[in-house]
Amino acid sequence: MPYFCGIDIGASSAKLVIVDETGRIAAKALRRSGVDYAAVAEKNLVEALASANLRREDIVRTVSTGYGRDNVPWSNGRLTEITCHAHGAWWHFRRPITVIDIGAQDSKLISLDAAGRRVGFKMNRKCAAGTGAFLEEIALRLDLSVSELNGLAEHSTKEVTLGSFCTVFTATEILSKIRAGDKVEDIIKGAFHSVVKRIAEMGAMDGDLVMTGGVAAHNPCLVRLMGESFGKPVHVPPDPQFTGAFGAALLAKENVHTHHV
Amino acid sequence: MLGASRMATDVIPLANARGFSPDICSYLTSDIGAYLKNDTPLKKMGMSGIPKADVLVFNTNQCRDVKDWFQFYAREWNVPCIGIHTPRSLGDLDEPIIEDVARQTEALVPTLEKVAGQKLDMDRLKEITRLSRRCTELWKGVLEAAAAVPAPITFFDGTIQMGPAVVLRGTQSAIEYYEALLAELKQRVAAGVGAVPGERFRVYWEGMPVWGKLRDLSTQFLNLKTCVVASTYCNSWIFDDLDPDDPFRGMARAYCRIFICRSEDAKERYIEQMAAKYKLDGIIYHDCKTCPNNSNNRYQMPERLDAKLGIPHLVIHGDLNDLRLYSEEQAKTNIQAFVEGLEQR
Ligand code: SF4
Repeated sequence: MPYFCGIDIGASSAKLVIVDETGRIAAKALRRSGVDYAAVAEKNLVEALASANLRREDIVRTVSTGYGRDNVPWSNGRLTEITCHAHGAWWHFRRPITVIDIGAQDSKLISLDAAGRRVGFKMNRKCAAGTGAFLEEIALRLDLSVSELNGLAEHSTKEVTLGSFCTVFTATEILSKIRAGDKVEDIIKGAFHSVVKRIAEMGAMDGDLVMTGGVAAHNPCLVRLMGESFGKPVHVPPDPQFTGAFGAALLAKENVHTHHV
Repeated sequence: MLGASRMATDVIPLANARGFSPDICSYLTSDIGAYLKNDTPLKKMGMSGIPKADVLVFNTNQCRDVKDWFQFYAREWNVPCIGIHTPRSLGDLDEPIIEDVARQTEALVPTLEKVAGQKLDMDRLKEITRLSRRCTELWKGVLEAAAAVPAPITFFDGTIQMGPAVVLRGTQSAIEYYEALLAELKQRVAAGVGAVPGERFRVYWEGMPVWGKLRDLSTQFLNLKTCVVASTYCNSWIFDDLDPDDPFRGMARAYCRIFICRSEDAKERYIEQMAAKYKLDGIIYHDCKTCPNNSNNRYQMPERLDAKLGIPHLVIHGDLNDLRLYSEEQAKTNIQAFVEGLEQR
């Protein structure tokens, strides 16, 4: 049976997905992107192949995406994460959707029509606001690890507002909240709210909302706040962190035109 | 030149440190920064340094920054700084406005005569206007050659080729330059030679160039087989209104008509015409951090034009000269994603 591979090398982690000819996920792998993208891609491939008992020759085509898309020597085509995330998300829903992808260094808003064709997209402007990097900075300020944020935010009982666009300004705002005696869980929820506001400013939320990316995977509380803010449910596909790699694998299968740039 | 040679990003901080904000025109801050450092790309051309002006003449038809910029030098060198205050955001070019700008232009004459130590020679002005007019007609021809499919010249070529139309307008050598260029382009059109081999898509560039990234951007578009066929920027040196028989009124009309000086409605109508003329598949807006005057994505124009034209747009965030405000990675991904979107249509 032929298999297809998608690899998404993001700013923080490298994700790899292998699908069969029906689009079913046969294997996946994830590790930190590090500094040697080619090596990390190779390690992911070896691991995924082993886990599904596949050989390298079983992979018919590979599409790479993400910041490191040009650094995968065995890739047959490169597509942007915009196209890949959109395709990976649409596969699960197959109706008009707006994909909200929050990654480590950027956030994207992609709207798709009922046929999965892209209607428009926006990426965040040159700043960490509304990205995973913002939450990492907040965790650092509060002396927490990023993985602790969601659990704490779930216990918040009070609204704390963080008003600034800027991550550095927000960090100083947090210091003043701490001085004022605000509780850590309320501050974290305030930071989640800030991410939601940055996303809301990016563009219109047409159709159903779908959230992908690492932030959605680890922070259900933030996903809920997003839904409350836009007044409609926010869907999260299975393995949201792998949506880009999954989309790339599907596009490898469909053999769409890809770039060698 | 400071931008394209990427000197700008090194010298802008010097102007910032002297009180010129990093948020204002980076032509201004890079030029003044280079002056403060006593450095200039002109040295590569055998000039010893930045030439000192005897007088500075501005027109606010683009922005206030030009005036502020020139006034700095006027203070430094203790020379006069005079100019024309053109009303902005013009819809129709009403006669009273043209009349006023023409009068302001004429009013510059006595000061200029004093500086030059000679009277204005009206016949010579008419002759120079005639040459300028010819130069800009030819430049228009060069740019309009890109209406052919495939386009024989790109926006990126235009940013370099426009040099004579900017600084040598009114000279015979500029005319000869464009005559030769236009002849070559006509040959290319006849032979079906495109600037981007295998041209698949044709897009418009609205806003300033990213001067320090011309090559990277043009290479990326080349690889994507997408031709940036036209731009507001290069078109800004087309002055159909220059009139050898009435130089002052012709100049007034020409410098009021330019895109940057016009209302949103007039700008929109202009881009609609460009979309039809150049058979555009999409429009790229450069949101240029330090030049609000040339960033036309900020008042919903892209959304309105999407609806009218039915072609998609992309906004790139960057700057004309200050590369600290440009993310290569983000721009590249945005452009590639935009073209992937064109493929899906
Ligand atoms: S129009 Fe923009 S780039 Fe030109 S001088 Fe004014 S502020 Fe600077």
